[in-house]
Amino acid sequence: MGTLTPQDISFVQTFENPVMSEFIDGAAGSVLVLGIITVTVLLTYYRGWKALWFDWLTSVDHKKIGIMYIVVSFVMLARAIIEGVLMRYQQSIAVNDPGVLTPDHFGQLFSTHGSIMIFFMAMPFITGMINYVMPQQLGARDVSFPLLNAISLWLTAAGAALVMISLVVGKFSTGGWTAYPPYTGIEFSPGEGVDYWIWSISLTSIGSTLTGVNFATTIYKNRAPGMTLFRMPLFCWTSLCTSVLMIFAMAPLTIATLMLALDRYAGFHFFTNDLGGNMMNYANLFWLFGHPEVYILILPAFGVFSEVISTFSGKTIYGYKSLVVATMSIAVLSFTVWLHHFFTMGQGANVNAIFGIATMLIGVPTGVKVYDWLLTMVRGRIRLTTAMLFSIMFLVTFVIGGLTGVILANPPVDFAVHNSLFLVAHFHNMVIPGVLFGMIAGYQFWFPKAFGFRLAERWGKASFWCWSIGFYLTFMPLYALGLMGAMRRTVEWFRPEYLGWLQVAFVGALLLFSGFIFLCVQLVVSVRQRDQRRVPAGDPWDGRSLEWSNSAPPPEYNFAVIPEVSGQDAFTRLKEQGKAYVSPATYEDIAVPKNSIVAPVIGVGAIGLGFALVWHIWWLVAVSFVIIWGAVIARSFVAETERVIPASKVRADHEAWLAQVRECATTPREQEDTSTNVGRAEVLA
Amino acid sequence: MKRQTVLHPGLNLGSADEYSHAQSEPVIFGFWVFLMADLVLFAILFATYASMSVQGQAGGPSPTDVFDLPSAFIETMLLLGSSITFGMASLALKYKADRLHLVLWLLLTFCLGAGFIGMEVRDFWIMMQQGAVPQRSGFLSAFYMLVATHGLHVTAGLLWMIILLVQLRVLGRTTAVKLRLMRLALFWHMLDIVWVCIFTFVYLFGVAL
Repeated sequence: MGTLTPQDISFVQTFENPVMSEFIDGAAGSVLVLGIITVTVLLTYYRGWKALWFDWLTSVDHKKIGIMYIVVSFVMLARAIIEGVLMRYQQSIAVNDPGVLTPDHFGQLFSTHGSIMIFFMAMPFITGMINYVMPQQLGARDVSFPLLNAISLWLTAAGAALVMISLVVGKFSTGGWTAYPPYTGIEFSPGEGVDYWIWSISLTSIGSTLTGVNFATTIYKNRAPGMTLFRMPLFCWTSLCTSVLMIFAMAPLTIATLMLALDRYAGFHFFTNDLGGNMMNYANLFWLFGHPEVYILILPAFGVFSEVISTFSGKTIYGYKSLVVATMSIAVLSFTVWLHHFFTMGQGANVNAIFGIATMLIGVPTGVKVYDWLLTMVRGRIRLTTAMLFSIMFLVTFVIGGLTGVILANPPVDFAVHNSLFLVAHFHNMVIPGVLFGMIAGYQFWFPKAFGFRLAERWGKASFWCWSIGFYLTFMPLYALGLMGAMRRTVEWFRPEYLGWLQVAFVGALLLFSGFIFLCVQLVVSVRQRDQRRVPAGDPWDGRSLEWSNSAPPPEYNFAVIPEVSGQDAFTRLKEQGKAYVSPATYEDIAVPKNSIVAPVIGVGAIGLGFALVWHIWWLVAVSFVIIWGAVIARSFVAETERVIPASKVRADHEAWLAQVRECATTPREQEDTSTNVGRAEVLA
Repeated sequence: MKRQTVLHPGLNLGSADEYSHAQSEPVIFGFWVFLMADLVLFAILFATYASMSVQGQAGGPSPTDVFDLPSAFIETMLLLGSSITFGMASLALKYKADRLHLVLWLLLTFCLGAGFIGMEVRDFWIMMQQGAVPQRSGFLSAFYMLVATHGLHVTAGLLWMIILLVQLRVLGRTTAVKLRLMRLALFWHMLDIVWVCIFTFVYLFGVAL
């Protein structure tokens, strides 16, 4: 089996070398294996395999794909957040003490933590969120290419699976999430770790490119009649900008990882120290992707905040056009600042100055957005729901992170704190409120739409306080430590004055972990109480855009009749004009895409391909490659890819739902969080 | 608000077949967007080559030592010729009711494309015989990466063409097959443009400088 030996299985290593660090590794592997066994047993016990296969895995419905993306991201979040806590624990005890983790294990932890949080937590989360919401906001029945959408999901899932497999079989890279050569070259990292990184990232980057193509095409070509670009909800605008960034920014990453692979597997000299290789090209390529990536992640969250703040303030968003222009400006500027990630790597003062100024410029459109959100709240009827709390905490926290970003944008300052914990604090300060809070807010906001019942606010708020206080406790000390000279990715310290700060940070990390646990508790509690929390009428928050105009959960074709749009805030307009919940004059047959086995086959093939490449099992490489492309070619011979839902069935379902809605009592906003809220909002004239 | 109907040039779905045209619009548009992403990939390979072709020779062979300009010129002609024949195939798809013209032009395109790949492989083989292997220097790594990525694209195009010829026989001239032919045409012409850039910046500049 290639270079794979029994000694590569993590349990064997734990058995042969029983020290704490190996125990932790073995325990992590055991949790994974036990988790898989538990899920298998539960599925068998509840006879869920058939439903899993036909309703989910082979589905090409954008809503189900969106939910599956978010499930992947939750699973990966669970792992990466535990890794974060473990690293904070190690650092908090490792002052003049080796702590519990070996340097190699610690290196794997910060590499997987970073790679997972960016590529397998944040990316699937935003992609899932866009997938679920964007087509419905546009008044569309699906994305433009439903099967391609499923393939993207499976490529991302395959990458995530590879990272998970590395927990049990072999080791992961110790080169950080950026994997800079020459350290990650074959000379200094001869093991399988970097290969795991390369192939998991390559798979997901290809998936994301295809997602970008799919979303951009959907937004340009699949809008309901009357839904002009400047009538789109802001979430659609930010999705569009994110898609454009994906189309342009993923290629540099794909190329960089493939070049690194050629260096490692075939002895090429792209990034080697000798024979004409140049690692600076890697740094440029990686950050040519890496900086736009920040905005790929953050823009959809900006979209969520725009929707949440406007809905829970009961007001049209303030400065719609300025928000659109700001989003576009950020998308363009994001390609002009990549060099600030390596100011210290010898470009010279003038080049650094230009990129420093460009970096500060991004603060301008972002500032415009912050003011727009604040002004949206002014004189609104604000309801402090969980989603809204996360949005407000985002505003406060993100501004602090932005300010430290402007500090870092000064090349001389950057020279002083480069690669220190100040930087670590800064980017967590951007990404946790900017992406994670946004995604949690979106999850709280759209959950009732997706599953038909509201989440328990009490647990949501408990989670909110843990996330917020935990964030400040964890990362504010890191600013101080960075200024005191503490470098990132350090496994052991020799300065006793760090101790207190590190201990505070560890307590904060525990709070962050509790925040995650409370989110899980919230989900369990809400599922149990689902019958008191149902919102069948589909509009629990007095929503403003079209996704709230259908049932909760929506029918697979989203809209029985494609809506006509006459302006911004399309659904609010319909409600105010009394045109919501009106029976349409006619119904038509609706064609929906059939389920397809192609995407799961490609996903399994991709896992096989990645695993075989990591372990140099060449026959399996060939087999997986043939499976993947064989599935694509075979699919192209399938003529019937759609099935038709007859108009009579659409009519029956829709009319039944409308009758149900008309019987529902309307809910005033004050009673949003009570069982009287069945999803029909009170409309104020 | 009335949306303007876009009738795609080269696509013969029948002038009254508005539904198929509406269906095909996102497909063709989406493929353009995909090509754009693909071009970004080539742009990065060009940038890498630009940064390594002179700086990364590491005392090994230089472009003047290893490039066979006449051979690259013949390859250029083959590929440009294949674009013309694919253009004729597209016209046959639109204006000829019979399948024969279309198939013949496609077969001719295939032969020219296969000739291009054959000559490219021969060039690589000769270079490698002279010791100009990708492991020799950064310049050669970047060269093989750029040119072979283009070559792999052309090879994928050839396979695609075979599959479509089979589909023309099995499925007939359905809307789906026509749209695939249109997309293959776009792909093929894009590869032509990329090759023109390779010929200019890699081969001509390499030998001239």
